[in-house]
Amino acid sequence: MEKPEPGKRESGKVLKVALVGNPNSGKSTLFNALTGLNQRTGNFPGVTVDKKTGLVKIRNERNAVIREIEFIDLPGTYSLYPKSLDEKVSYEVLCDSNNEDYPDVTVVVADASNIKRNLFLVTQLIELRRPVILMLNMVDVMEKQGVRINRERLSALLGVPVVYSNAREKKGVSELKDLLASDIPVSDEKFFHEEPSPALYEAVRKIVPVESAYAAWQVLCNYDHFASFNPGVKQRLKALAAEYGFDETSFQARESVERFGEISTVVDKSVETLDLDHESRTHKIDRVLTHPFWGYLIFLAVLFTLFQAIFFLAAYPMGWIESFFVGISHWSSDHLPKGELSALLVNGILAGLSGVVVFVPQIALLFAFIAILEDTGYMARVSFIMDKLMRKFGLNGKSVIPLISGVACAVPAIMSTRTISNWKERMITILVTPLMSCSARLPVYTLLISLIVPSDKKFLFFNMQGLILMIMYLIGFMAALFSAWIMKFILKAREKSYFIMELPVYRVPKWSTVLYTIYEKVKVFLFDAGKVIVAISVILWVLSSHAPGKRFEEIDKKYENSKADNIEMRKASEKMEASYAGILGKTIEPVIRPLGYDWKIGIALVTSFAAREVFVGTMATIYSVGDQENTRSIREKMLSEKNPETGERVYSVAVGFSLMIFYAFAMQCMSTLAVVYRETKNWKWPFIQFLYMGILAYVCSFAVYHLFK
Amino acid sequence: MSHLNLSQLKPGQVAIIDSFTDPVMSLKLLEMGCIPGERVELVKVAPMGDPIAISVSGYLLSLRKAEASTVLIHTIMAAV
Repeated sequence: MEKPEPGKRESGKVLKVALVGNPNSGKSTLFNALTGLNQRTGNFPGVTVDKKTGLVKIRNERNAVIREIEFIDLPGTYSLYPKSLDEKVSYEVLCDSNNEDYPDVTVVVADASNIKRNLFLVTQLIELRRPVILMLNMVDVMEKQGVRINRERLSALLGVPVVYSNAREKKGVSELKDLLASDIPVSDEKFFHEEPSPALYEAVRKIVPVESAYAAWQVLCNYDHFASFNPGVKQRLKALAAEYGFDETSFQARESVERFGEISTVVDKSVETLDLDHESRTHKIDRVLTHPFWGYLIFLAVLFTLFQAIFFLAAYPMGWIESFFVGISHWSSDHLPKGELSALLVNGILAGLSGVVVFVPQIALLFAFIAILEDTGYMARVSFIMDKLMRKFGLNGKSVIPLISGVACAVPAIMSTRTISNWKERMITILVTPLMSCSARLPVYTLLISLIVPSDKKFLFFNMQGLILMIMYLIGFMAALFSAWIMKFILKAREKSYFIMELPVYRVPKWSTVLYTIYEKVKVFLFDAGKVIVAISVILWVLSSHAPGKRFEEIDKKYENSKADNIEMRKASEKMEASYAGILGKTIEPVIRPLGYDWKIGIALVTSFAAREVFVGTMATIYSVGDQENTRSIREKMLSEKNPETGERVYSVAVGFSLMIFYAFAMQCMSTLAVVYRETKNWKWPFIQFLYMGILAYVCSFAVYHLFK
Repeated sequence: MSHLNLSQLKPGQVAIIDSFTDPVMSLKLLEMGCIPGERVELVKVAPMGDPIAISVSGYLLSLRKAEASTVLIHTIMAAV
């Protein structure tokens, strides 16, 4: 079969265009400008890297579609020598002609204010002898700094079209689309002159049909990264490299040095620097933001604001969402015919949906913050000032944001670990973040503390209840750091941990980027994690509202002619006991007995899986307290609860502390598990997390119970 | 002089990159623009003493001291 000439495609076929570039080059902003909301998020096979694609139709003057283009946004990379998993994805797409996303045209986005380093990847791509377009970003910033780029000369020296783009103002987008409507020539410029010997080149071509000498070098260096090569091909290439004494490390070093030498020549001929002598704005800002005192103070203030926003500001829209769902479920139960199906709809599905949508405000707010921190360049400084401290615990400077956000809610916090590029550090952050005491634990702590500590008790001048609450938050934080430290030794690194990272120039955040980020994160959460949450919610509803045999009917019959008070509440309480959840609670009683818990607490542990705060509601039902909001009456019921065998209080200090520790450590949150699955794309991780947190909770609660008994 | 490395530079000092001691690490540094013969300035040390920020090829690069110690340098001078 004859291969179509690169850059030329039969009409009617979708043109595949890959967007690549160094991190911070403005690539994603350009992708958003090109595709608008017309984008889809999927994932690259076998890895957790998100794959964003967008279909764009190019029309002529008469509004007829002349070309369809599928843009694909590739992870940022500095070269064609992948060092991280993200970079490997970009490499495979760009270099492996068998890859399903192998592009017809590659658009390289480069930051003009950092042109030398950005041209490294550009010249490598050019030498693959495939059609390339260079999008030069932030030229306006450069010109303000007294640097002039001669576009025509740069384009001639590289042999590829150069488009000036200000992705922040959509400049250059239409020019790029016009270019893509025509055929792109292939450059024949050379920036690295070492050629494989004809014999070696032929030998490589016999194994893999490469299109250029440089592509042959690439195959020899990186054959391990090609997913489409079978072990036999890899073995033959390995043998070939050994036969010709090819050493990839020294080869890459030679290439880098020569390439940068050629790039310097190109830059000297096409870029004119008028003024070098001024302290940049970035430098001035850095003096404050990475200052030993002000730097941390400002970071603390940023964290404080972020925390306030996701904890308190988000509470308003969350309240509206909850009342909205309460509204529809009331309306539904009033208007729908009574029966199993409406019950499923109202108490199972609607409750599950409400449990999903209620997270949206927190996710939106957290990602608004993170997008701003990333887009301004501040996030890199956070890593810079926090790295040494966090490294001790196997974490990354960027783990600070997820950990702190975890105090509000682990769901958005875990989604925000995307900014951590090192796989191991990211996994550790994901695994330990749910140990931070989230807002759903607060009602549980409040109720339990009020059970075991009198409200007027003081320690020195401080209210004892408040003190214990603070200690609970601290315990969560310490447990997170401690677990991270342990995992540092257990988890195997998949890639070398580098901290070689650019500190980008400070910029004003682009608001559309912020909005796109929010939109994307909320969408991903609603559709990916949401499915799992609704499903588990329905299961939990079935468990707590159904009983084997005719047990519910018997309870109904028992109260039929009764004139006692609170019939409905007593019925609910007895039904809870008779239900599958009740049976489950009783089944696990022997297991939780050593922690000081009875089967009633067992039921609460089971139902808490929907969300930890359900503990309070379940207690209210079990002790047949009508008003769930009335914590005091729940407290009184629980206080007067006696152990039928010993006659002692069930909720002793020992049980109270033991339960609090259990709630602090155990993974009782299906939403978090769903999000961990979504972020790691493997059920193994949520499972490991559930297990290790469960064991930690069990062991610590056991110890605490016996300590206080 | 020839045995000094990048992690020993003081803020404000400028030097020329000479060579690398860790071949694998050098590949990452090379693609980030740390090329032998290139001028580097130590701009900043993080408040806790590590990592450091250097100015190279016209931009700011941060790296850990352990990584910087694999970069050998010569001709140390004060920044202009």
